[in-house]
Amino acid sequence: MKIAIASGKGGTGKTTVAVNLALSLGNAQLLDCDVEEPNCNLFLGFDLKKQEDVTITVPQVDSGKCSLCGKCAEFCQYNAIAKLSDSVMLFPKLCHGCGGCVLVCPEKAITEKKRSIGVIEKGTNEQFNIELLQGTLNIGEAMASPVIRQLQTHMDESTVAVVDSPPGTACPVIASVADMDYCVLVTEPTPFGLNDLVLAVDVIRQLGIPFGVIINRHGLGDNRVEEYCRVESIPVLMKIPYIREIAVLYSKGIPFVEHMPAWKENFREMCRDICEFIPYRGLSQC
Amino acid sequence: MLKHLTVISGKGGTGKTTITSSFAALAENAIIADCDVDAADMHLILQPETFETTDFYGLKVAHINKELCTDCGACASSCRFDAIDKFNVIDTCKCEGCAVCEFVCPENAICMVEKKAGEYYCSNTRFGPLVHAKLGAGEEASGKLVSDVRRRASELALECGKDVVIIDGPPGTGCSVIAAITGADLVLVVTEPTISGIHDLERVVQVAQHFRIPVVVCINKCDINMDLSQSISIYCKNNEINVAGMLPYDKSPVDAMIYGKSVVECFDNDFSSKVRSLWTEVNSSLSK
Repeated sequence: MKIAIASGKGGTGKTTVAVNLALSLGNAQLLDCDVEEPNCNLFLGFDLKKQEDVTITVPQVDSGKCSLCGKCAEFCQYNAIAKLSDSVMLFPKLCHGCGGCVLVCPEKAITEKKRSIGVIEKGTNEQFNIELLQGTLNIGEAMASPVIRQLQTHMDESTVAVVDSPPGTACPVIASVADMDYCVLVTEPTPFGLNDLVLAVDVIRQLGIPFGVIINRHGLGDNRVEEYCRVESIPVLMKIPYIREIAVLYSKGIPFVEHMPAWKENFREMCRDICEFIPYRGLSQC
Repeated sequence: MLKHLTVISGKGGTGKTTITSSFAALAENAIIADCDVDAADMHLILQPETFETTDFYGLKVAHINKELCTDCGACASSCRFDAIDKFNVIDTCKCEGCAVCEFVCPENAICMVEKKAGEYYCSNTRFGPLVHAKLGAGEEASGKLVSDVRRRASELALECGKDVVIIDGPPGTGCSVIAAITGADLVLVVTEPTISGIHDLERVVQVAQHFRIPVVVCINKCDINMDLSQSISIYCKNNEINVAGMLPYDKSPVDAMIYGKSVVECFDNDFSSKVRSLWTEVNSSLSK
């Protein structure tokens, strides 16, 4: 079973929920798909081993063969190639690796080489009994989605996989939640939290994935998030209270279920509830 | 000369919009650009009255004319993004608009079509003009939309004779963050004293330095973990970054948000006075 933890907005507690859920379940995979800011391991401290680089292909031009016709620059939809008066200039960071320039070059002057944009790492830990897979986008790189897609190829279908998604509702979020069985949207009971929840619900509904909501920092703000969920018939799966103890544990990088073990059962119960929302899938995997 | 200040955070939820909306209230001759186009929240506080709406077209997407298609499969085998399935149906979520399929199709059955991906707006607020946007749910090209919002904000600033563009940036370090900071005169990074806060601060500072943009830092919720606040100060000192302000852990930003106000308008307390001094400090760094 594959569960994504998402939210329209950053800072609502996605990583907290993902880490604590995986720890409560045990024998699970945790995939940190927030590749711009992977934070799960800050709470786990696993010894991560590099699995592979994430590469995309970028063009290289053989200036001996190039006739400066400019067809490559004209074709490129990403402005990654510019034709100057005496040469062709490449902007590898704008290149999406589509290979179009190679196809259009009449002189066969363009070949491709690999360029690393990020890395996939993995770690396990006997004590915690979970496997962490993490993708990290290199600093200064723009494209998160290829790192997310490659990270997800490591997903083990035979176990529960918890996916920590990036914030927002754009391409990287779609890449991380698209093939999931269920999506948990984490929000907070504030006007910002509600605004961003509504956007996230819109995306998840378009993708057709069953979903529910966790209200984090319950007790702060107002009731409009709960009211919205009631009107829209969205299940509120859990409420995590607004208490200083959880905020302080978080600041130190301690998953709160480790200090408040009663919460492990709450997370397991939530997972059982989730299984009931997923059609044609048994409870055996929870 | 028009100056650009971008407020970013690496990590979400550190208080970027709380701070930017207060800057909007305190700045005397600024225009605001909400570039967190994925989760735009500034309008909840500034209550804009829109006077101009522009459609936003992201990347084009491929469209197959089924009447011309002979199911040869050339498009699917050339697509590097797995956006065309075995029935020659295009998954518009995966299509990156590269136009390779259009090029390889022997029947000219494929064309690239523009798709409206959102809108951006110019609005009046009680603190001056605001440029903001709405990206359609699940749409691509948020970096491009950020660039459009910034470009329109700069144009409007020149038209209205403003001196500063204050940009509320997105979280993360990728595409849209790079678009939000490119060419800025100063970046303010809002962080918090948590281990994830420090981690994300370090990453986003590296992004700003990669693009050679000067950085100042604000530590929000500084009293939730004084040891880590101290570590952040040391990190900043070692990297020659000015800590322009430290704000306490306080409920007043959320209370102000519920009234649809910025915290400096709503409260005259310790928190809001610290936000005022933060603005004075940031504004003087920007004027240098």
